[in-house]
Amino acid sequence: MPSALINVPKKARRGDVIEIKTLMSHIMETGYRHTASGDVVARDIITSFTCRFNGQEVFRADLFPAIAANPFITFFTTATESGKFEFEWIGDKGFSETAQASITVE
Amino acid sequence: MANSNHTTRRTVLSLAGGAAALVIVRPVDATPAMLQAAIRNIVGEANVRTGKVKLDIPPLVENGNTVPMTISVSSPMTADEYVKSIHVFNEKNPQPNIGNFYLGPHAGRAQVSTRIRLADSQKVTAIARLSDDTFWSATADVVVTLAACTEEAI
Repeated sequence: MPSALINVPKKARRGDVIEIKTLMSHIMETGYRHTASGDVVARDIITSFTCRFNGQEVFRADLFPAIAANPFITFFTTATESGKFEFEWIGDKGFSETAQASITVE
Repeated sequence: MANSNHTTRRTVLSLAGGAAALVIVRPVDATPAMLQAAIRNIVGEANVRTGKVKLDIPPLVENGNTVPMTISVSSPMTADEYVKSIHVFNEKNPQPNIGNFYLGPHAGRAQVSTRIRLADSQKVTAIARLSDDTFWSATADVVVTLAACTEEAI
């Protein structure tokens, strides 16, 4: 079952640069591996990750098979107001997952 | 006549020798065409300069299946001057791309971390695009003892 781990500070002061850590459980099958009988294992990866804050995109990534299984991505953003982060992962075979985290900015 | 034949053969031999030397020397210096094409795809005709980008990756990794990597760009992050995107490439995986990361002035700090796969000991290159559309790069050598991607699936 897909599951996401998100680490966002609960509170921040206005103007602080905060670190956001995200992990999504996913096999990230490269499409370059073969089974013992020689068949290619079909590619199954997450191709896109997006983070929005109060509806506005703050970070986006295109992922390729060279990203390790269970993609772990960390990045930074500036805390300007209280609100909600929305995270979205989209991938092969109709994979689509979302997660949310709230922050209080003083 | 015999003389001219002799010179011809010598010329041919020296040419062949030169060609052989080219074949041997080339792969050591030149980065593979796929990598060049992937980089051209992102930067177009722009000049890529070395600097500003810091690529943190272990020089020696035991397991190529998960290699921690951090890219940071020394640039102000203001509305006028910021890092637009960071692109990471490799030399010897089946595909030259690793990831594209899009930031904005709001990011506050131009730094991204993730974990990657490396199929062989190779060079990893990170290229940053700044708001003035200049490109800056950093390259790191990584030695991998256990390769990723190519092992048999169970």
